Amino acid sequence: MSGSTDWPLWEVFVRSRRGLSHTHAGSLHAPDAEMALRNARDLYTRRGEGVSLWVVPSSAVTASSPDEKDPFFEPSADKPYRHPTFYEIPDGVKHL
Amino acid sequence: MTAMTAMTAMTADTAERYEAVFDAAVAADERIEPRDWMPEAYRATLVRQMAQHAHSEIIGMQPEANWITRAPSLRRKAILMAKVQDEAGHGLYLYSAAETLGTSREELLDKLHAGRQRYSSIFNYPTLTWADVGAIGWLVDGAAITNQVPLCRCSYGPYARAMVRICKEESFHQRQGFELLLALSRGTPAQHEMAQDAVDRWWWPSLMMFGPPDDESSHSAQSMAWKIKRHSNDELRRRFVDICVPQARALGLTLPDPEIRWNEERGHHDFGPIDWTEFQEVLKGNGPCNEERLTQRRRAHEEGAWVREAAAAHAEKHRTTPPARTGHGAPQEATA
Repeated sequence: MSGSTDWPLWEVFVRSRRGLSHTHAGSLHAPDAEMALRNARDLYTRRGEGVSLWVVPSSAVTASSPDEKDPFFEPSADKPYRHPTFYEIPDGVKHL
Repeated sequence: MTAMTAMTAMTADTAERYEAVFDAAVAADERIEPRDWMPEAYRATLVRQMAQHAHSEIIGMQPEANWITRAPSLRRKAILMAKVQDEAGHGLYLYSAAETLGTSREELLDKLHAGRQRYSSIFNYPTLTWADVGAIGWLVDGAAITNQVPLCRCSYGPYARAMVRICKEESFHQRQGFELLLALSRGTPAQHEMAQDAVDRWWWPSLMMFGPPDDESSHSAQSMAWKIKRHSNDELRRRFVDICVPQARALGLTLPDPEIRWNEERGHHDFGPIDWTEFQEVLKGNGPCNEERLTQRRRAHEEGAWVREAAAAHAEKHRTTPPARTGHGAPQEATA
């Protein structure tokens, strides 16, 4: 019996309307990109949720390791001066 | 200390640290994501529950699909087809979510086909009349929604996200069922009787969908501690009864339980005892349709093999010469 596990896993990204970026919606199995797109349409846009779809082989995604979470994102943690709220502005100064 | 014991001690220490991180995340109501460390029992519980949930969605297509060819109007037929298609979709969301825990799709389907993983016992009851399509939408999907809304806040991220999509879509399922029953209830005396008969048959099995009473539910306490489950079986069952009583009144139908009455003191409806022997029998495989559902599922899988093979052959053929794709423009957009 031929199962679907021979089929690679695809990640599906949906643009819900023009002007917004594609957002990850979920994943599915399909034998090729063409079928992945068709399946993604049937699975993730049955109610007009999208105007554009991307399908990406899951194997093509490189992810940061959850174990290294703290050290990997450390550089941004100690730089509060990157946020506008870091700066004290006298009362009454506008448009700043 | 020998090198060996030192290593064992370190591993135990690491495991303890991981466990502490996991416990803290659950306690803080954060979500656990696929690549996070998690206790093996947590993983196994999720796989069992999500597999059963996914299987229920696709087995649940059968009792309703039974009526597609005999729907009384084109409108009802289109609605029913959309609903059955949704159930397939829900199954796929859940299988995908389950796969993030390291099980394969094939393994899950094999276990279903071999009868080693369960699906909801409600789908082992037959759909004898058209009104059953309404009763399933109103009661079975209604009970499912009551169960599933809290799962949108389940501690496992992929499961919670799948449930958000599912719950949004389920509300159409419940409303179409209610509307269908209302039309019958307000129809001819024969139609009214048919609606009442369907409610009479589906009411008790729907209450059983919440699972055994709290003091007999083997997995409940641990699942609540892990925030996979947010409310107990009995609590959800009570909520469901409270929701259904006024809805039944609006339908002009009665619920087949003479003991249902409002209990001012508890702020809930009292209701009669559930026949748990029936529940256990259906669970054991002695329900009216257990054999039929599983046989049909296996046959659908086997008879669909040629489609999977053809798709794989087509993919193979085009692997060297990919078909031209214009108009979707993903590569250009990707840089934007």
